[in-house]
Amino acid sequence: MAEMILFWLFAVGVVVAGAQVVLRRNPVYGAVSLVACFFFLAGTYVLLSAHLIAILQVMVYAGAVMVLFVFVIMLLNLKDEELGETRVTTMKGVGLGAVVALTGFIAWRALAPIHAAHDMAIEEAVHGFGGVKAVGRVLYTASVLPFEITSLLLLVAVVGAVVVAKGKI
Amino acid sequence: MEFFHQYQPQHYLVLAAILFALGAAGVVLRRNAIIVLMSVELMLNAVNLTFLTFSRFPLVQSAPMQGGILQGHAAVFFVIATAAAEAAVGLAILIAVFRSRTSINVDEFDSLKS
Repeated sequence: MAEMILFWLFAVGVVVAGAQVVLRRNPVYGAVSLVACFFFLAGTYVLLSAHLIAILQVMVYAGAVMVLFVFVIMLLNLKDEELGETRVTTMKGVGLGAVVALTGFIAWRALAPIHAAHDMAIEEAVHGFGGVKAVGRVLYTASVLPFEITSLLLLVAVVGAVVVAKGKI
Repeated sequence: MEFFHQYQPQHYLVLAAILFALGAAGVVLRRNAIIVLMSVELMLNAVNLTFLTFSRFPLVQSAPMQGGILQGHAAVFFVIATAAAEAAVGLAILIAVFRSRTSINVDEFDSLKS
């Protein structure tokens, strides 16, 4: 029961903060809402007993990535008139309808068989599930090659970001 | 109404679908490139939530490890790393474009159009 109350708390927070990201005109408000959204998502990850991922979510997303976003927002320092006016056009309405219809259709098709069969294993997580030890064992055994490639990807991203953003090398 | 009164894994999947729809709507509707990038982050997080849900509540009854399988956590780890790289490179491209066009409106990024 407590789990369910917490879930609804986090779910409402995620949806409200995520909607703020999309609806706010000023990107600063959007960035702050996105940080709140990531914190609520970390809460839901804890409910799914993914403790390591929840910590990573707070550290990497709410910490590092969002600092990068806020830094770029401050660096660009857009004036109010440069943000562009919020127009409601027919094409935007069509786009919104298409997104909602497509996502709803996919979710409906994906969820219908699961709901009918009740075949998701609902049971208590074993001790240590989602902890550093268990996830680390999977990372370093089953998926050690993607892990190493990820390090290469991060190196390429660092060098690429510097090369692209810097005017003259 | 049974859906709301009972704790079940589908809640997480529906939440992920709503979050993905929000992110996709942001990508489609907003013209501010920073907000488009932030909406992409929202969509990636929705996918992460789905991964973690299926990791905690596996579909197959005969899961190799009782109480969940951890491969989904590894996938989320890689998604987080890739998203960090994507944000860094995307924002660098944004700064480079802003330097030449003094605008971050994605409608004005049309120099490849002949």
